Amino acid sequence: MAARIWILAVVVAVFLSLSAFSSAQDLQIVNAERRIDLSSQIVKAFLTLKVENIGKDPVAEMLLAFPPTQIKHLAMVQALAITGKKKKKTYLPLDVKPSEQPDAPNDAGFFIVSFATPLGPGETVKLEVLYILTHSLEPFPVEITQSESQLVYYHDSAVILSPYHIKQQTTFFKTPSTRVESFTSIEPANRAGKEIKYGPYEDRTPYSYTPVIVHFENNSPFAVVEELVREIEISHWGSLQITENYRLTHGGARHKGVFSRVDYQSRRSISGASSFNALLAVLPPRVNSVYYRDDIGNISTSHLRTGFRKSELEFEPRYPLFGGWKATFIIGYRVPLEDYLFEAPDDRRYLNFTFGCPLVETIVNKLTVKVVLPEGSKDPSAVLPFTVNQDLQVKYSYLDIVGRTVVVLQKDNVVPTHNVPFQVYYTFKPIYMLAEPFMLVSAFFFVFVASLAYVHIDLNIAKK
Amino acid sequence: MGGKQPEPANVSSKSESMATNKASPDLLNSLSFKSLKLKTKQQELLIRVSILGLVYVLAFIARLFSVLRYESMIHEFDPYFNYRTTLFLTEKGFYEFWNWFDSESWYPLGRIIGGTLYPGLMVTAALIYWTLRFLRFFVHIREVCVLTAPFFASNTTVVAYFFGKEIWDTGAGLVAAALIAICPGYISRSVAGSYDNEAVAIFALLLTFYLFVKAVNTGSLAWALGSAFGYFYMVSAWGGYVFIINLVPLYVLVLLITGRYSMRLYVAYNCMYILGMLLAMQIRFVGFQHVQSGEHMGAMGVFLLMQVFYFLDWVKYQLNDTKLFQTFLRITVTSAILVGGIALGVGTASGYISPWTGRFYSLLDPTYAKDHIPIIASVSEHQPTAWSSFMFDYHILLFLFPAGLYFCFKRLSDATIFIVMYGLTSLYFAGVMVRLILVATPAVCLISAIAVSATVKNLTSLLRTKQKVPQTGSMKGAGSSKASSKVLLDQSQPFQKNGAIALLLGVFYLLSRYAIHCTWVTSEAYSSPSIVLAARGAHGNRIIFDDYREAYYWLRQNTPTDAKVMSWWDYGYQITAMGNRTVIVDNNTWNNTHIATVGRAMSSYEDEAYDIMRSLDVNYVLVVFGGVTGYSSDDINKFLWMVRIGGGVFPVIKEPDYLVNGEFRVDKGASPKMLNCLMYKLCYYRFGELVTEYGKPSGYDRARGVEIGNKDIKLEHLEEAYTTSNWIVRIYRVKPPTNRL
Repeated sequence: MAARIWILAVVVAVFLSLSAFSSAQDLQIVNAERRIDLSSQIVKAFLTLKVENIGKDPVAEMLLAFPPTQIKHLAMVQALAITGKKKKKTYLPLDVKPSEQPDAPNDAGFFIVSFATPLGPGETVKLEVLYILTHSLEPFPVEITQSESQLVYYHDSAVILSPYHIKQQTTFFKTPSTRVESFTSIEPANRAGKEIKYGPYEDRTPYSYTPVIVHFENNSPFAVVEELVREIEISHWGSLQITENYRLTHGGARHKGVFSRVDYQSRRSISGASSFNALLAVLPPRVNSVYYRDDIGNISTSHLRTGFRKSELEFEPRYPLFGGWKATFIIGYRVPLEDYLFEAPDDRRYLNFTFGCPLVETIVNKLTVKVVLPEGSKDPSAVLPFTVNQDLQVKYSYLDIVGRTVVVLQKDNVVPTHNVPFQVYYTFKPIYMLAEPFMLVSAFFFVFVASLAYVHIDLNIAKK
Repeated sequence: MGGKQPEPANVSSKSESMATNKASPDLLNSLSFKSLKLKTKQQELLIRVSILGLVYVLAFIARLFSVLRYESMIHEFDPYFNYRTTLFLTEKGFYEFWNWFDSESWYPLGRIIGGTLYPGLMVTAALIYWTLRFLRFFVHIREVCVLTAPFFASNTTVVAYFFGKEIWDTGAGLVAAALIAICPGYISRSVAGSYDNEAVAIFALLLTFYLFVKAVNTGSLAWALGSAFGYFYMVSAWGGYVFIINLVPLYVLVLLITGRYSMRLYVAYNCMYILGMLLAMQIRFVGFQHVQSGEHMGAMGVFLLMQVFYFLDWVKYQLNDTKLFQTFLRITVTSAILVGGIALGVGTASGYISPWTGRFYSLLDPTYAKDHIPIIASVSEHQPTAWSSFMFDYHILLFLFPAGLYFCFKRLSDATIFIVMYGLTSLYFAGVMVRLILVATPAVCLISAIAVSATVKNLTSLLRTKQKVPQTGSMKGAGSSKASSKVLLDQSQPFQKNGAIALLLGVFYLLSRYAIHCTWVTSEAYSSPSIVLAARGAHGNRIIFDDYREAYYWLRQNTPTDAKVMSWWDYGYQITAMGNRTVIVDNNTWNNTHIATVGRAMSSYEDEAYDIMRSLDVNYVLVVFGGVTGYSSDDINKFLWMVRIGGGVFPVIKEPDYLVNGEFRVDKGASPKMLNCLMYKLCYYRFGELVTEYGKPSGYDRARGVEIGNKDIKLEHLEEAYTTSNWIVRIYRVKPPTNRL
């Protein structure tokens, strides 16, 4: 009897939770198209959804679901609402937040997309979702020799994981070359050139999941920055000094056996196809005093092109990077202060600079941005479009007495899409600028006074 | 010196005011005259200080060519070890440094760093670094290390000024400072980045000598004490201190023999020797050598002789009887020498006093090293000096030196005797070993400065006396030479003046040539870091070969942290400092057998070498190869030394096996052993497939200008791990042994 009551209680609880969830079930996806770009190490997925409210109440938000294998590699999720017809399309960015759903099957992860205006009953909305996955291409074979090219696995589902009913859906995978070793076939699935098409599939129930594996060639540079520390030092004397410490590695299939320079030099096309030896950093315009060095000195293989909109630094590590090889280096440059430092209306100053990593097409596992404020700055606060770990430190630089406040922003799993402006607000009295010159002047003054005194004072004890 | 300057000023102003009281009409006149006179004195001080200041700055900036042309980096081989230890010192502190056992070098033996190095340089740099940090200058330790040598070169010019002033006059001091500031012989070892012991040691050497001469001149205990501390610093900085501890006693001995014994000398030498010795014993690497090693026994002998002299002086004073004293003298001197000789004999026989080391022998006998210690002879800087390098490093000083000697002999004093002895002995050593040109440089500069200063002074005083006969008194210090010139002047006046002008112009021309030569030498020859090679391309553009650092950084990043690298010892310091990996042998050539083992491995067949490498746990082998770029100081050109050093310990390795009719070849005519030894295989592996020069067959070695003899090289136990972009450094991985069946 007690057991029966217990079961009843559980059933009621489940029912209640489902009813709480039922607003979600008011929605259904009429049409979904997913395009997954596998051509570089960063997997970009574009999801076009047509969502309809089939319930009775207006719905303010919807859920996006991701399998647990993807959720930890997810670098970014963005959503746009599309209104208007073909020619007058307008895109409206929507708010996307990670969320916890306690009854999610198999630890699926969720994001909540809030609509601009609640979706009334019977209304439809067109959404475009972009999400970016890192470290999702698994090299197989794990180790390759210099003459082999790199093959990778990509795991995903042929149908979109979603808490909603999807009436019709298609998924496209775009591979970098036509060489595809294999792919799981879920009818209807076919391959044409660089594209593999799954679907269209009709009427899939919520949380349908059909795992597929695509095994294909990908020789794009797997440049992974394991750790990047960017230090932005503000000098009110007119410049911004940026120092970037990179710890770069080749994240693809590990290199096995010999490295032959003869082959690498003379048969470049087939030798070391997955290796890379040139990198491109996009730096701000008007950049000057650029240097590129490492622990043991300057590295002479770099070229800088400056332009009005951006500068490009093309550089090579000391040696070509094969799978698993590492390189550490430092890039430093200086930009004029007036381009990046502004005065806020409330008498504060703010730095407006780009977050993220200047290297193109790289993944940063751990990014630390340190903004070194001038000595004497107070009340720092940082404003970013996404969440980061924030911290304050103190740094001592030339002729510092009390030290400089450092705003430390730390974020994991950063991709080029994170290269967006952020702001650091602080208050600063310009009189502090004179502290260091004054110290120098007074030091010289005392030296001269001391030497004057020394010349004029007779220190002899014995009289001559 | 500066403190005494205003004193006469005050005195004279007093007298001047008295004068105004007496004769008011002359007020304006006397005031202006007197103040003018004061001014000239102050002006002289001002000029002297500003010249010295300029020389100080000049000495520093003349050494910055390499920083401007390349970058702020450490040069050559040994400085990398010094840099690494300095880094350790600043990171871990002095006690950790003092007790550092380095397991990264001389695997599997290791090296007790604290007990086997001269810590002076590292401690100096660390102190500068800590001082700057304290003053809130947050510099990197590398910048401090790079600029230590120019900084100390600047300090040396100041010491040279005071030294010149001590032995001759201020003019000679200024000229000496200017000469030494840009002398190529010194610059060669003190450009920015050559962070070696010599950088501070020459400063310490000259300081010790200066303070000692000052002590001898004044008989002051304070200067002698200063000299003892200078000696201590020198001992802590460089093994060349042996030169001081032998030259100073030799000088004292000469003074004793020439009858210049004085109380001043007694005080100076005793204080300097005893305190210097006690202080030097605090350096662990030197330890008890001052009382135990043959090289230091001369100093002790002279010290004892000094006491005998003092004793005899005292006895002479007590006796008053010359005949009795003569007999006493004879007995005492004979017995003293006898006792000393017996003590030395017993000490040497019992092994308490160690015999002279090979390096010391090779200094006295230039051919010694070639026959007995190939490892010393293999170093290029230990070769006997060619005449051209004397000309290159000294330029006009080579001609001024004898002239200076002449002036010194003309005005013989304790101080000039010292500089003459320093000059002559060091010049002899400079002839024996190229690197010792450095030690002779200060002496050559000082003696030449005397020549220049004395000549110019004579000539200008000649001109002045001609123009303003009554104002001869304004020039001081010209002394007797001026008087003689005046006499000459009276004899043939019109001719004299023109001659003087011509000679003066000649001197200035020579000096300007010297300055031009020095700048040229510094910029062309001595400012290359040798780790980065630069060449001119076909279109006049600069091509940089940065292969060394490429390879070392590859080792640092892409090999297991406990990997052991075998290479010839030249690259040991660089591999540990830049590659951060354990090496088998390095530039601290303390264990000849270990080096010979590596030499043997390099000159054996691959399977024999494999056994040696397995026994040494070698994971990687690094060779330097210049066949693609035409870089001639590579391992193939050093190979015969490997054979010689290896063969010196392991008679299996025989030099004739690698030669054909006494000729070293790598082409088809090379000996079969040469074509199949490990070094040959590692250097030329797959080189046969490469076309290095247009119109030449594949496998054409540009460094030696021949087509190689073995193009089909197969490696069995090693595999190519990395080759740098210009093939200068090649790294091979030693394969684990195959499974036994």
